[in-house]
Amino acid sequence: MTHLTRRAFGALLGAGAATLAAPGLLRAQTSGRLVIIGGGFGGASAARFARIHYPDVDVTLVEPQTSFVTCPYGNLILGGKRQLGDISHSYDGLRARGAEVIHDRATEIDAEGHRVALAGGQVLDYDKLIVSPGIGLRWNAIEGYDEAASEVFPHAWWGGDGSQITLLRAQLEALPEGGIVGLAIPDNPFRCPPGPYERISMIAHHLKQANPTAKILAFDAKEGFSKQGLFQDAWEELYGDMIEWVPGNADGRIVRVDVENKLFISEFGEEHRVDVGNVIPPQYAASIVRDAGLANDTGWVPVDSRSFEAAAARDIHVIGDANIAPPMPKSGYVANSTAKTAVTAALADMTGRPAWDDPVYFNTCYSHAGDNYAFSVAAVFRATDDGFANTPDSGGVSPRGPLSELARTRRLEARYADAWYDSITADMFS
Amino acid sequence: MRPAHFLAASFFLAVATSPAIADANGMMLAQSCAGCHGQDGAGQGAVPDIRGYDREAFMRIWEGFRTDERPATIMNRIAPGFTEAEVAALADYFSSLE
Ligand SMILES: Cc1cc2nc3c(=O)[nH]c(=O)nc-3n(C[C@H](O)[C@H](O)[C@H](O)COP(=O)(O)OP(=O)(O)OC[C@H]3O[C@@H](n4cnc5c(N)ncnc54)[C@H](O)[C@@H]3O)c2cc1C
Repeated sequence: MTHLTRRAFGALLGAGAATLAAPGLLRAQTSGRLVIIGGGFGGASAARFARIHYPDVDVTLVEPQTSFVTCPYGNLILGGKRQLGDISHSYDGLRARGAEVIHDRATEIDAEGHRVALAGGQVLDYDKLIVSPGIGLRWNAIEGYDEAASEVFPHAWWGGDGSQITLLRAQLEALPEGGIVGLAIPDNPFRCPPGPYERISMIAHHLKQANPTAKILAFDAKEGFSKQGLFQDAWEELYGDMIEWVPGNADGRIVRVDVENKLFISEFGEEHRVDVGNVIPPQYAASIVRDAGLANDTGWVPVDSRSFEAAAARDIHVIGDANIAPPMPKSGYVANSTAKTAVTAALADMTGRPAWDDPVYFNTCYSHAGDNYAFSVAAVFRATDDGFANTPDSGGVSPRGPLSELARTRRLEARYADAWYDSITADMFS
Repeated sequence: MRPAHFLAASFFLAVATSPAIADANGMMLAQSCAGCHGQDGAGQGAVPDIRGYDREAFMRIWEGFRTDERPATIMNRIAPGFTEAEVAALADYFSSLE
């Protein structure tokens, strides 16, 4: 579809908007335009779901990357268990389902005029907009940690073109014998609460074979973390004293980095020299939604708990990591789960089909701690009038206990984790 | 295979006339399962295929997970999170898939 016809179509829809008030029969024949910004866990899931269940709706997906590199299973690259190609996904499947995929960056949202401007100059009209742009990194929130510094101390906290995770892997391979790997881990809220600790585990898994006298120093701004008991049991069982986790109340908060001298500097001024540094900086919603005025002063976007419509604008639904949805974690599974509810809510008026009034949101996050050793956290969430809530007496983490007793469970969960990865990426891209 | 799509369409038609079904939407609830059990419950790797599962057996096994009487790695944590009506809607949905 060319730009001109798209716009003409938009104008037509504008004229036809009056028919929204007309009876259901008329409405059912009206197709409309859904534009989706971001082709990751939220956006790709939304595009696929919309094409399958609302074939009469026009779907346009805007995503700068021509191949999507997942953050999930990126840690397994560090552990030597996966290659970049294993976690890269093409948009051909979405195209085959009839979604128009434009590889460009959205630069501006005109909420009033229902338009999105792209870096390449194109302007897209929409009836409904779904935005799932993920996170932005707060450069310089840790003094000295800017984009240039991330070429020395990679964050590897977004997929991008895969260069960050590849760089970190190469640095680990080049680590001097007995060298020190430092991690700086942020306070809540951030993308993927168990992610840093799975990463520590996978780095240790690699080092145990390649460089067994190396050390991992994990500096954390927090005093506790997701699946902590399970991770710490695994570290002790699998990696002995290779890993030292330094919590916030033991001066674990890193406030400055010096990339030239490879230093992490703590809140109380302690300097730690590292050979490889992985800095996971504080985060906020990606710039496109902050620039559009959709975020509040936390840097994240308040949304309605049943439709994901942004509090600050009609017809714009913000899903995935960019929104505010505690107690739901910022996870790929939650982005996928909420994408479907957001599509159903966004397209209800346009198609005359009901929204889901009593939505259930779902999360499972598996973490790999070693070979045949994984565990999970699961939760079932519901919308409340002022946010989201855990469903009482459900969810939780895998059982704790010695490996000798739980080897089978850990091995099964590792296999289920692999199945999760294949399932969820099929639910996004196939 | 497009059973989900077909069902989705019929669900929406049904809902227009029968508000009773609206409180437990099988197709939407089943979306939660797709992240592990594959498309339309077709199974994925080590995770079982739940398409065409006998409705009564589905509910019985779910109850086993819910009460923790049936061994599981994760379903025993997930099962208590859904209401009886939701489990019935899931059983209807998956039993209707080929
Ligand atoms: C190491 C690690 C491990 C993880 N493991 C798991 C796991 O095991 N399970 C799990 O559920 N989650 C996991 N996660 C979390 C998961 O990656 C995120 O929660 C998920 O990606 C969020 O989806 P999203 O759609 O919000 O953002 P993303 O998936 O990041 O997608 C956002 C997309 O938007 C695009 N974009 C941004 N700005 C624009 C713009 N202006 N115009 C157009 N496009 C734009 C980006 O290019 C990107 O492709 C992990 C994360 C990390 C870092």
